[in-house]
Amino acid sequence: MAERPREPKSKYTADRDIAGAFEGETVTRRRFMTLTTHGAGAVAVAAFALPALGFAAGTAIFERPKASWEPIGPTGDFPSDSYVPRVVTEVTGVGEVGKTTVYVRARNAEIDGPPDPEIDTNFVAISTRCMHLGCPVRYVDAAKRFICPCHGGVYDFRAAVAGGPPVRPLDRFYTRVRGGQVEIGPRYSVNSEFDRHPKYRDPGQPLDGIGQYLYPGRFSTPLLNSQ
Amino acid sequence: MKLPKLPAPPLPSALKPPPKGPGEREKTGPAHEVKDAGIAAVDWVDERTSLSGGLRWAMFRKVPKGTNWFYTLGSATLFAFLSQAVTGVFLAMYYDPSATRAYESARHITNEVFLGEFVRGMHKWGSTLMVILIFLHMARVFFFGAYKYPRELNWVIGVALLILTMAMSFTGYLLPFDQRSYWATIVGVNINGTGPLVGPFLSDFLRGGAEFGATTLSRFYAIHMLLIPGLIAALIGAHLYLVAKLGTTAPPWLKSEPAEELHTERV
Repeated sequence: MAERPREPKSKYTADRDIAGAFEGETVTRRRFMTLTTHGAGAVAVAAFALPALGFAAGTAIFERPKASWEPIGPTGDFPSDSYVPRVVTEVTGVGEVGKTTVYVRARNAEIDGPPDPEIDTNFVAISTRCMHLGCPVRYVDAAKRFICPCHGGVYDFRAAVAGGPPVRPLDRFYTRVRGGQVEIGPRYSVNSEFDRHPKYRDPGQPLDGIGQYLYPGRFSTPLLNSQ
Repeated sequence: MKLPKLPAPPLPSALKPPPKGPGEREKTGPAHEVKDAGIAAVDWVDERTSLSGGLRWAMFRKVPKGTNWFYTLGSATLFAFLSQAVTGVFLAMYYDPSATRAYESARHITNEVFLGEFVRGMHKWGSTLMVILIFLHMARVFFFGAYKYPRELNWVIGVALLILTMAMSFTGYLLPFDQRSYWATIVGVNINGTGPLVGPFLSDFLRGGAEFGATTLSRFYAIHMLLIPGLIAALIGAHLYLVAKLGTTAPPWLKSEPAEELHTERV
């Protein structure tokens, strides 16, 4: 037996023989109560879930720490044809874990080209964080190269990629001179043209071409208040 | 009120209680009173929960002909998880998730606590074993074709459990807080950061900031201790429910046999 197509129901409850329906009423009371209960449940869940999520992610993603500057020695300590290793504290309060090695030399116009007018560029401070996946690189003076022990990343004297898997030159640190002492500030990233990206990227994130858009700068970059 | 008796479970004949002989009297004595008290207690709970029906449904299932030792790999994985859960809870009683104290507390567990080296070793080697067992279980399901209709959803839940187990391995690896843990986590977080668009922010979330710091370890500890174990336990529940509901598959080398009554119809 073929079913006849049903007549479309009226949107007014009064037309559908529902007892006690009001004139012009379109939502049944059962449906109204169901929606209200579900809505109240959603509000209750959101009331604890959203603050908890914000608590877990907010500081981690959005907090901008203040830049700290750490003196590493008098200006005369650093030659322009080789690097001198210095240990600085990147994160305080966690002991050895928060320390990192920085390779520092005086700026050499022949190698480094014209200075960046926006920053104090009398010294070059190279981060030891390999731009493949973050292992610690070591400067080998005999080869004038930075070499990574993990997956064979090699960087030349300017810290540009000379071989292996790294995706961009080694990060650098802002430097300044205060009272005859060279001071190390926060880090910044450079692409293969040595263009400065103040919102430094993690290792493994290329900064050339489309890379700078695929890996946007994070909010957690330190605030560079005094330069 | 006397409840109707449920049908007896299909016990093998050796385990069935012998029927009462003619003229034999009801046994009495302290042993039987204790037994009766136990039965009464179980009955009390069962009358209020009807648990026995569910237990019978889950435990006394029909299994296909040809079921063999390969079918125990899922249970083996489950027991590996239980072992990880128990040893992990007790390791947490001595472990201190702070950047300056973690290594020292792990060393203390291994070198000074009674059976500390054993329990820590169980947790460490058990984690490797669990991953191996998961892959063997997965291979069994794959090669026996047990992922096919109607069991696709159970395969999907299994994949989610595999991913969660990998996340457990990743977060647990940092906790001893030695050089290997530290650099493995640095590399792992940076691999995670190479995901386009969201990767950099996800790395910040995992580390608790732009740099590996004091919150990284406690964050990994909380994820390892609280977040993922709860998810795994819940998903194992769903996995087992579907196993009980859908039943297991026969091995692929068995031909299907028509039912007895169909044999006679054909003659």
